[in-house]
Amino acid sequence: MSETKYTADHEWIRVEGDTATIGITDYAQAALGDVVFVDLPGVGRSFAAGEAIGEIESTKSVGELLAPAAGEVLEVNDEVAGDPTLVNSAAEGAGWLVKVRFSEEPELLDEAAYRELTA
Amino acid sequence: MTAQGSIDRTAPVTPLLAVHEAAGAQLIDFAGWQMPVRYGSDLAEHQAVRERAGLFDLSHMAELRVSGPDAGAMLDHALAGRLSALELWQAKYSLLLAEHGGIVDDLIVYRTGDAEFLVVANASNRHAALDALTERAAGFDATVVDEPEQTALIAVQGPAAAAIVGAIGLESEPLDGLRYYRSLPAVFEGEDVLVARTGYTGEDGFELYIAAHAAEDLWRAIELAGEGHGLARCGLAARDTLRLEAGMPLYGHELSLDVLPAQVGLGRVVALKTKGDFVGRAAVEAGPAADAPVLVGLTAEGRRAPRAGYPVLDSDRVVGSVTSGALSPTLGHPIAMALVEPGSATSDSLSVDVRGTQLPASVTALPFYTREARA
Repeated sequence: MSETKYTADHEWIRVEGDTATIGITDYAQAALGDVVFVDLPGVGRSFAAGEAIGEIESTKSVGELLAPAAGEVLEVNDEVAGDPTLVNSAAEGAGWLVKVRFSEEPELLDEAAYRELTA
Repeated sequence: MTAQGSIDRTAPVTPLLAVHEAAGAQLIDFAGWQMPVRYGSDLAEHQAVRERAGLFDLSHMAELRVSGPDAGAMLDHALAGRLSALELWQAKYSLLLAEHGGIVDDLIVYRTGDAEFLVVANASNRHAALDALTERAAGFDATVVDEPEQTALIAVQGPAAAAIVGAIGLESEPLDGLRYYRSLPAVFEGEDVLVARTGYTGEDGFELYIAAHAAEDLWRAIELAGEGHGLARCGLAARDTLRLEAGMPLYGHELSLDVLPAQVGLGRVVALKTKGDFVGRAAVEAGPAADAPVLVGLTAEGRRAPRAGYPVLDSDRVVGSVTSGALSPTLGHPIAMALVEPGSATSDSLSVDVRGTQLPASVTALPFYTREARA
């Protein structure tokens, strides 16, 4: 299992081989409140760095899933689309959102840097 | 996301702040007050109020005490309703209007004595309401004192509210006889408490006004009495979705200085026939402009929420915007209130622009939810 990295936009990313799994952090789900709808991209979609590739809606607000680098969507979590509360209950596990292949190296934070950001 | 680290201790604080922090509440800044937005799941808190009972700290609300021989006459002049006609302990929803008819604030007035009224304004409008009432008291033998820091407000809302409030050891007349929009004086552990059958959730419930130093004891007594009833502590997020389902307006969303009462369905609140002149009367009589937007209720299918500020379209033309919206926790579909051009108020071709996606929306009568319809 690879090390989990983070973005300043409150996503977590785990890279295994050429596949990166992305979700929102536990900090982000707590800030959003109860997640009631998740909009995920189509498999095969290409995206640019910084592009919104998904939306996470709670009762009170909307969060965007921002791509930290250009790439292509390989897989989306259909389970979380059917049961958005997984984002609250298992944000950094079963509540993952998409698997992608990056075509460039994303700039990511390690856990210590992310914890400092959200302290 | 808790804001504990950033609390400005010079800002007004609820006397229940330590209780909320101990309960793990997420706090937000609301008009300068640090208030709980949720304790855990705001959906669970919402559901508790609909099915059992919820406990709210509303100590940020602005209590203004108006007293003096002319207090009733002064309020008749200053507000849109005929407050001098209130019976002792009766409550009334009213509006504070500007000369041009726009809404400065919406508030609840309780008659607490022959020459005494309690006016409860929105926290965000505390100073606007205080300034307007003070200015409008000129020439009347009446004084206006604001004391939100001295007064705690605790609400218990939901089907089990009466059983819970009835079990906290209040010394008072029986609560059974207390009707909606009436209040009664009571004593809790030696402290005066005003018990009002009012609320902002669409459920039966009570709002209790007590001196700030006694708030914690009252809160804990309610929690204890609520244990067998499934009482949940509730934050402002649940309060907002509850009031939206109940079709109740919120200042800064449906109500503003730019809106006359008739535009938002509050024409009945203005007592044109039963009293003489009052601030805003001429403008209300003249009525809003023919093309002034009107408030409508909208429903949609799916799970995407229309949110405040999103454009409302009729066919492809923008005709207004959403003032409040949510995925209704009780109904399970999107609901919204919106201000739209009068020509589109009954249109069957409306949609809401949800971040670039057109969400078809149907006009529906408010409220979206009534407890009678649920049964």
